[in-house]
Amino acid sequence: MWDYSEKVMDHYRNPRNVGEIKDADAVGIAGSLTCGDQLKIYLKIKDNIVTDAKFQTFGCGSAVASSSILTEMIIGKTLDEVKKITNKDIADELGGLPPEKMHCSVMGYEALEDALKKYKEEGYIDLDELNNDNSSDIQKEKIICTCFQISENMIWDAIKQNNLKTVEEITNYTKAGGACGKCKEVIQDIINTYYNKEKSQNNILTPTQWILKVNNIIETQISPELQKDGGDIELVDVKDKAIYVKLKGRCSGCKNSTMTLKNFAEKILKDTLGSDITLVEVK
Amino acid sequence: MTKLIYLDNNATTKIDDKVLEAMMPYLKEEYANPSSMYDFSKKSSNAIKEARVKVRDLLNAKDEKEIIFTSCGSESANTAIKGALAYNKNQKHIITTKVEHPCVLNLYKQLEKQGYRVDYIGVNSNGVLDLEELNEAVDEDTALVSIMWANNETGVINPIEKISEIVKSKNKNTKLFVDAVQAAGKIPIDVQACGVDMLGISGHKFHAPKGIGALYVNSQTMITPLIVGGHQERGKRAGTENTPYIAGLGKAAELASEGLKYEETEVKRLRDKLETGILSRIYNARLNTGIAERVPNTSNIGFEYIEGELILLHLSDIGICASSGSACTSGSLEPSHVLRAMNVPFTAIHGSIRWSLSRFTTEDEIDYVIEKLPGIIEKVTSISPYQKELKALKELKTVNYAV
Repeated sequence: MWDYSEKVMDHYRNPRNVGEIKDADAVGIAGSLTCGDQLKIYLKIKDNIVTDAKFQTFGCGSAVASSSILTEMIIGKTLDEVKKITNKDIADELGGLPPEKMHCSVMGYEALEDALKKYKEEGYIDLDELNNDNSSDIQKEKIICTCFQISENMIWDAIKQNNLKTVEEITNYTKAGGACGKCKEVIQDIINTYYNKEKSQNNILTPTQWILKVNNIIETQISPELQKDGGDIELVDVKDKAIYVKLKGRCSGCKNSTMTLKNFAEKILKDTLGSDITLVEVK
Repeated sequence: MTKLIYLDNNATTKIDDKVLEAMMPYLKEEYANPSSMYDFSKKSSNAIKEARVKVRDLLNAKDEKEIIFTSCGSESANTAIKGALAYNKNQKHIITTKVEHPCVLNLYKQLEKQGYRVDYIGVNSNGVLDLEELNEAVDEDTALVSIMWANNETGVINPIEKISEIVKSKNKNTKLFVDAVQAAGKIPIDVQACGVDMLGISGHKFHAPKGIGALYVNSQTMITPLIVGGHQERGKRAGTENTPYIAGLGKAAELASEGLKYEETEVKRLRDKLETGILSRIYNARLNTGIAERVPNTSNIGFEYIEGELILLHLSDIGICASSGSACTSGSLEPSHVLRAMNVPFTAIHGSIRWSLSRFTTEDEIDYVIEKLPGIIEKVTSISPYQKELKALKELKTVNYAV
């Protein structure tokens, strides 16, 4: 049994604003019958304000609750306010969702986004967008998960809005990778790219800050694991992207030490500091 | 408190009071280790002997020595499959079905990684196994054929006797393992008449507690034990015997043997009443198994254009317990592999509900479900985005009824 909040239960038991708006100004759709959930959201918009919203949902309890609460969240709001709503806001408003059900809130966000996009095509001018250069995002429409038809853009948004770090989290939030699982490696690449981009922004560290950061990762993430097997690791030097370490205790002289360095220590450093890191053992 | 109507007996069952009674002495005063040499252990060792005979009788095995007590259905399956393969290292081919229980399927996925070749036999749209495909798949290298007696989701019965004939006529050395977890206590099992080499059952599916199962291994079949240690279970499964649970399993087996007639008549009558009640009152309901032969307690019904978890949540609110093949209930994102193998249309697969009765199900309970379900389905259907499709379906059904 899922651990649903009282609010989620209230909303699937008594969904608000169910139905269709025949003369809607915008209609957004997310999900599909094949995937097991679909949400259709209908909006009435006047003077850039959402005056009415209705929904129809094919989906589980949390999908209905997400749709229902979303309509409540947007009625009476300006389009600029509505546009800022993320899937996290929907989940928070519901008092949280089980991790495996976060994709339901994402579906709400996507349906809303779809509706706004379609409305925009008919004349609504987005002031924020005029000032921003979004051209770099255009290529991200590529489908990554063919089972659930999840695009790179959707994965990217989910990472950004929810601070996701693992493939499993991406699956919980977007469903991507949840069926055949073939795209899991690609999703991992997207996560790496996202955080490397963040890292490159962090790269304006002074040499001392950089060394402290490296040392911190070694001390908190690598050393404790090696200590469990009676070994240890010590930072000797850092020369830009090259990290020099010394293996100690049982690790020194262990015939698996190269494996430990390459498969474990270097992997953690690359995951946290960027893929251009090299790890060098000092004997 | 709302009353509880439990229609999820393929998931687990209520412990029969008589079973609990049979267990109690061994949880209290008769705690002796059955392997000990003093008189005090005699009652315990006798309880195990008796239970072994009762399980033998439920399966119609030739000799009670062919019964091994295990901790659950999964252990029975693992012991049989890994045990038989470990004993016969020369053949590397396994045949199973696309609709097996995950405990077996996941084991085969693991064995594939270890170099075994595994064929997964398909089923038709009613869930009936393709025997022709099976016949073609058996070859000289086939070490094991592993097929469930009855499917947990649909209740569809596989013709084990026929399957055994096919397998043995093509390769007499191939071993046949049958997962009979969903068959035991529901339909007669005769391992001798059906030519079964190994067969697993699980106590909690027929009113014994969780944590006890049994494996039948006929005297001609050798297995390497999964759990190694002491000499218990004739060296085939180490570990001090779980006397109270074994005594409980024995009692449950005895009651199951006696109750087969009731399953065949009364449980089936109630299941059919529920099924007809639902199908005649709800236009977007479809029976997923068609005319396939099924165990008497199970019904799998798809509700089109709506989603199963939401149906279950509404049912739960009024005390009705059932289960669903929908992706959302499993947390796996993928809908039931069984319904997928049957090619149940996507319009119905996510809204499929399994109803499974037991000998404790009453007529009042079935009447209550038939009374309440249409309202729930209507409520869930009314928020579906597929109103156009639903309307067309309704019109089609009305025309059919009129004809």
